[in-house]
Amino acid sequence: MKKTVFIGALTVAGLAAGAAAAGTMDDVKTRGKLNCGVTTGLVGFAAPDASGEWKGFDVAVCRAVAAAVLGDPAAVEFVPTTGKTRFTALASGEVDLLARNTTWTFSRDVDLKFTFTGVNYYDGQGFMVPKELGVSSAKDLDGATVCIQTGTTTELNLADFFRANNISYEPVPIETNAEAQQQYLAGACDVYTTDASGLAATRATFENPADHVLLPEIISKEPLGPLVRHGDDEWADIVRWTLYALVAAEEMGISSANVEELSKGTNNPEINRILGTEGNLGEMFGLDAEWAKRAIMAGGNYGEVFATNIGENTPIGLARGLNAQWKDGGLQYAPPFR
Amino acid sequence: MTTITDQPKSQFRLSMLLYDTRYRSATIQVIAMLAFMLLAAWLISNTAQNLAALGKPIDFGFFGERSGYDINQRLLEYTSNDSHLRASFIGLLNTLVVAVLGCATATVIGIFVGVLRLSNNWLVAKVMTVYVEMFRNVPVLLWIVFTMAILIETLPSPSAFRGETPEASMNLFGSVAVTNRGIYVPEPLFSRGLGNIHLFGDSSLRFDVSLDLIAILVVLGASIWAAIAVRRRADRIQEATGTRPTTWYLTLGLIVIPTLILLVVLGFYLGLPELKGFNFSGGTHLRNSLIALWLALSLYTAAFIAEIVRAGILAISHGQTEAASALGLRSNRIMSLVILPQALRVIVPPLISQYLNLTKNSSLAIAVGYMDITGTLGGITLNQTGRELECILLLMLIYLIISLSISAVMNWYNESVKLKER
Repeated sequence: MKKTVFIGALTVAGLAAGAAAAGTMDDVKTRGKLNCGVTTGLVGFAAPDASGEWKGFDVAVCRAVAAAVLGDPAAVEFVPTTGKTRFTALASGEVDLLARNTTWTFSRDVDLKFTFTGVNYYDGQGFMVPKELGVSSAKDLDGATVCIQTGTTTELNLADFFRANNISYEPVPIETNAEAQQQYLAGACDVYTTDASGLAATRATFENPADHVLLPEIISKEPLGPLVRHGDDEWADIVRWTLYALVAAEEMGISSANVEELSKGTNNPEINRILGTEGNLGEMFGLDAEWAKRAIMAGGNYGEVFATNIGENTPIGLARGLNAQWKDGGLQYAPPFR
Repeated sequence: MTTITDQPKSQFRLSMLLYDTRYRSATIQVIAMLAFMLLAAWLISNTAQNLAALGKPIDFGFFGERSGYDINQRLLEYTSNDSHLRASFIGLLNTLVVAVLGCATATVIGIFVGVLRLSNNWLVAKVMTVYVEMFRNVPVLLWIVFTMAILIETLPSPSAFRGETPEASMNLFGSVAVTNRGIYVPEPLFSRGLGNIHLFGDSSLRFDVSLDLIAILVVLGASIWAAIAVRRRADRIQEATGTRPTTWYLTLGLIVIPTLILLVVLGFYLGLPELKGFNFSGGTHLRNSLIALWLALSLYTAAFIAEIVRAGILAISHGQTEAASALGLRSNRIMSLVILPQALRVIVPPLISQYLNLTKNSSLAIAVGYMDITGTLGGITLNQTGRELECILLLMLIYLIISLSISAVMNWYNESVKLKER
């Protein structure tokens, strides 16, 4: 009896002594480095190049945020995460920001307690098969063996797609993209399925990319974007508006080439507000006036980041499609900087 | 004049708790226990508080939700419409399958290798030494991945079986297909089968028991019982008359004929795998994830068991061997009748921990995509529901229960083989 009271008292004391956590931005500034969760290696989105430097479309988001907050696009500690470990890494505070082709879904946003800060790539799940199989539609895949990265929304979409079309399949769960590639190329599975952008990126690394085709069916909506923990809205705002700054920069015609010149002042007040020569947008969330300028200088505007990492002139060769600016019929649309 | 001094009355002072040797150890123990409880309470309250701050209080309600994912290897029927609990149950069975298969295989290989390592044949002994050292000194995860890579890269894919002049063909009169997706073997089927019994209704633990299997087991059990009776009778006749009647044909007939009759009655036939569409269909599919995991875990653990067996045999005095050979026993009978029974009591206790190791190592299954309990409950379910703490706590509890059960069974076995002292 006495022991119970004693433990109870201890618990109460422990509860009362809980320290309040400081804001993520302060943590990042004290540390002098941004911990950014990325994939374990998906060429075009996030992968170390020959000299060990991380490059890619998602990496560019990390670098832009680091440039905006810390003033140095290189002040990023990249933490490779698998589809399975990414949410734990973010929830536990191991990473400040997760930019890892992560699909924005209701339950991840609400139930897993994350805040998605926008969409940097509108994607959908596709299928890749060897050309020699002669398959032209995903509905012909009855009885096929399908390689799939475990712990992703693609796993659930796949189950739903085959169920809805009343055809059978054999899932082969796989931990990373590299293992999936190995099994697919060895013929241990007939089909590899993941986001269409990921398929294109994977195919680009094959010896003979032309021997493999992407099937026309896109079976899901996969809005991929960076995400942060729930509850630190200031930090979420910084990540969100850094991304929008890149998108708005493309719309306004600000590029890494002319940003220096435009930041001397222009006749367009919105450009001036973004680049900090007018108003005090940066100050409002605790940064200096030139935050967006540095973010744009880190890797260029959204269009430049797209073109250098995954665009049509890269081996990955993705068209802008849904990811064009809203003015060009796409979905990339930044709210006004005002 | 004499003064009578009273015996100093023993009076308890607080300082005696520290300076009096009678109380000191108790004081230290109490302080240590308080500190430990303080630490545990702090950890628990910290966790509870942080979870509450995250808005994720502990809740096991997600188990009833639809899982939404498929599992390739399942012993019971399961679809993506079933609950997370059902998916975890399927995963648990997969863990048990690989643990049981692995323990059995590892024991057989381990005893074999352990005995051969003591062989007088130089080559055999050295080969076994090389095997033991190779497997014992490389992490088991690497063996699992390596085995899987060999299976995937060296075996033909099902498409190699296709076409006019296929590059690969089926083995054993076209009944077994060895592919890099696994091995397809014939499955036993019954044209006049008895059906199944459904257990546990519609719950997540429901499973079907095949009546055909039960019938076969019952008949086989009865036959074996009859065969034992025949042997006992032969023993009695031998004791009474000195000559042992020939019984092998009786035993063989008793075991084979009733089972054969039953199989004919049930309409037994083999379902052969055949290439259909993308894959082989029909037959039983032993996936290469299971084969790789099973093989790697067995070979790895067998290396340790071999050393335990060798140590057990070396622990038996050489005089036993000499005495047995002086009685005229041949060397394989010396091993099986004299040395091994005595060695078992040295072997069994460390063997238990090897079985536990193998079972726990089976949680590396996800490296080859084998959906065990770690892959389902601790993998996809955890990931889709975001209930890390609940899933991991439950996973730890399940492994604890499995391990304690193995220990209990093996301890019971150890009791039965240990030296009886009277």
